[in-house]
Amino acid sequence: MFFTYIGRELRRRMRQAIFIAIGLALGIGLVITVTAASAGVKNAQASVLHSLYGVGTDITVTKTPTAGSEGNGFGFGFRQSIGSTSRPKAGSKIDNNTLSAGGTLASLASSNVTSIAKMDNVAAAAGGLTLNDRTITGTVPALNFNGGGGGFSRSGSSSSGGGNPSSFGANFNINTFTVNGVDIANGELGPLSTGKISSGRTFTTADNASDVALVDASYATQNKLKVGSTIAVGNSKNTATNFKVVGIVSEPAGNNPADVYIPLGVAQSLAGLKNDVNTIYVTASNSGDISSVASSISKAVPGSTVTDQNTLASEVTGSISSAASLANNLGKWLAIAVLIAAFLLASLLTMAAVTRRIREFGTLKALGWKSRRIVFQVMGEAVAIGIVGGVIGVGLGFAGAALVNKFSSPLTASLASNTTGSATPGGARQFGGGGFAGGGGGFPTSGTTGNNPFRGAFSNAARTAGTVTEHLHAPVTIAIIIVAVGLAILGGLIAGAFGGWRAARLRPADALSKVA
Amino acid sequence: MYKLTNVTKDYPKGRETVHALRGVDVEIPDGEWLAIQGPTGHGKSTLLQILGGLDRPTSGSVDFDGRDLARTREAQMTKVRADSIGFIFQTFNLIPTLSALENVETALVPLGVSGASRRARAAEALNSLGLGDRLRHLPSELSGGQQQRVAIARALVKEPKVLLADEPTGNLDEDTRDEIIGLLEKLWQDNGLTMVIVTHDSSIARRAQRLGTMRNGKLTVKQTV
Repeated sequence: MFFTYIGRELRRRMRQAIFIAIGLALGIGLVITVTAASAGVKNAQASVLHSLYGVGTDITVTKTPTAGSEGNGFGFGFRQSIGSTSRPKAGSKIDNNTLSAGGTLASLASSNVTSIAKMDNVAAAAGGLTLNDRTITGTVPALNFNGGGGGFSRSGSSSSGGGNPSSFGANFNINTFTVNGVDIANGELGPLSTGKISSGRTFTTADNASDVALVDASYATQNKLKVGSTIAVGNSKNTATNFKVVGIVSEPAGNNPADVYIPLGVAQSLAGLKNDVNTIYVTASNSGDISSVASSISKAVPGSTVTDQNTLASEVTGSISSAASLANNLGKWLAIAVLIAAFLLASLLTMAAVTRRIREFGTLKALGWKSRRIVFQVMGEAVAIGIVGGVIGVGLGFAGAALVNKFSSPLTASLASNTTGSATPGGARQFGGGGFAGGGGGFPTSGTTGNNPFRGAFSNAARTAGTVTEHLHAPVTIAIIIVAVGLAILGGLIAGAFGGWRAARLRPADALSKVA
Repeated sequence: MYKLTNVTKDYPKGRETVHALRGVDVEIPDGEWLAIQGPTGHGKSTLLQILGGLDRPTSGSVDFDGRDLARTREAQMTKVRADSIGFIFQTFNLIPTLSALENVETALVPLGVSGASRRARAAEALNSLGLGDRLRHLPSELSGGQQQRVAIARALVKEPKVLLADEPTGNLDEDTRDEIIGLLEKLWQDNGLTMVIVTHDSSIARRAQRLGTMRNGKLTVKQTV
């Protein structure tokens, strides 16, 4: 009788039942779509962080250089001043190959790596050096100074007036690439942890003091390098050391890989940074310890910048952040608002239907039906409508998620361009907004960066540093479907409760007296 | 069966009070047929509702088979209605979405009768009233007389002690009215029912054993000839 009565009643007021079901379906479909989109954005964010952060590394430790401490500024290796006898004569050949930290990451003592590795809840720690190799070749032209300072800027200082920047710079070829010094003993941490060897081999402990290198696959292709090739890496004395390429490594997209990887000890020696690193990679014993380990490191290494995934996540900008904000704020509240509206509508319509059936329920009470039985009947009808709404809503949710997958634009994620506090394995984030921070020595600027082709090139590199593109995929999981159907049934129960309450309050005499 | 003692029923109506029943005293023995007549609005239906436990008196006692319905809790009252009292209404009050068979079954649902047994008893009740070929019809597919017969079957399928009918022929034409009253009379005679019928129709009232007249909330009862 119970299900028969429900089915017959819903058939009698089919139009109203469908109306209520569609209202619930819209709310539930929206909940599913927004939840799926939100999950997709979260997955994209996690993928981005994974790409930018690397596998196995929970925390990175770096240090921002203080103003004026940049040293190692790039220069031609001679002071440039008007009338100085130290200036090379016009016609002198320049061939400088320099390896340095570039001034965006300050040095940290290697002993910090050991201290951190011994801390509680630290599983492993490794040091790394993120360096830049720059080769300048050319011939010093004759200079025509119209008074004022030289056309070259030293570390941290800016030049003014003088010279003809564009013609001076045109006499030199500048070639740069990034170099990472890798702690071979802790290969599971650091810049190579996410790489895959596509040719040759990776480092072994026997390579610790050897002039061998791994080359990034993209860089190798651009520069026609392969296993067995030779690559010249500079040093702090502006000369070059030839390294043998023993392997080609591919890093995930957006990982900002270095171009060349060499053993850490060799890198320290070449860059004149013995016993120094500029990035420490740390793995916590478990994910719950990351915050406490980060806190301990901050205390143990004063002045350092300690970054974990949460910090990195907050630095990520781009459309992925906008999408996350949209899904979590507007999307979530819109779905909740529509769902509440659907529940209210269902409740009001159910109560109205009960009011129209007062005489019917009064008759049933006169026949000896308990109020509880009548309430269950009303709730059963409402839940049945809710289930129909839920099924339609799940369909709408799938359709909504499919539309999101099909028509959403690729999401981009970038790290803030002025972020210097944290490092990724690739190290390219050290580039500031326009050229080398604190560096730039040797380049005449005349206050117009636009006339300096070299500065423009580095600016471009800085703008694209840390950018990842992810395609949004909105997954509809079983959990989401179960929640959605649960919401539909809840909507039915709420509506039925309102209607049932109305029916339960009926006094049989009153109900029967409402005869036209 | 019934003993009403000084039963009153008052309804608030705005600032005033409507005295629907003013001290009704009546005894209705087992197996008696009592017809109640009177002008509209003088308390006939109110009295029927109190006899059926659908409403409580404002004061007085309503003894039904040793139980005072005026002081019986609602849950118990529901059980009394389910077990012992059959109702027939002027407008039939069939559930429009249920078939004739299912409408009769609704009277057996509160008794916990199993589905198969319910269907069997309902079918038998309808068959005995000549509706064996209308079991699957909805009320909208039945004539007025047929609908009232379904209502009678619903009222009697549970073999109640008392049958209360409020204007059972009020919505029927003359021929059908006679048919229904003849049917009720036969059922009363065959089953030994206690029957109370509210009616405007004197021809029906005369067929009862006793005739009660409600006027201004007071009941006077006399034997019919």
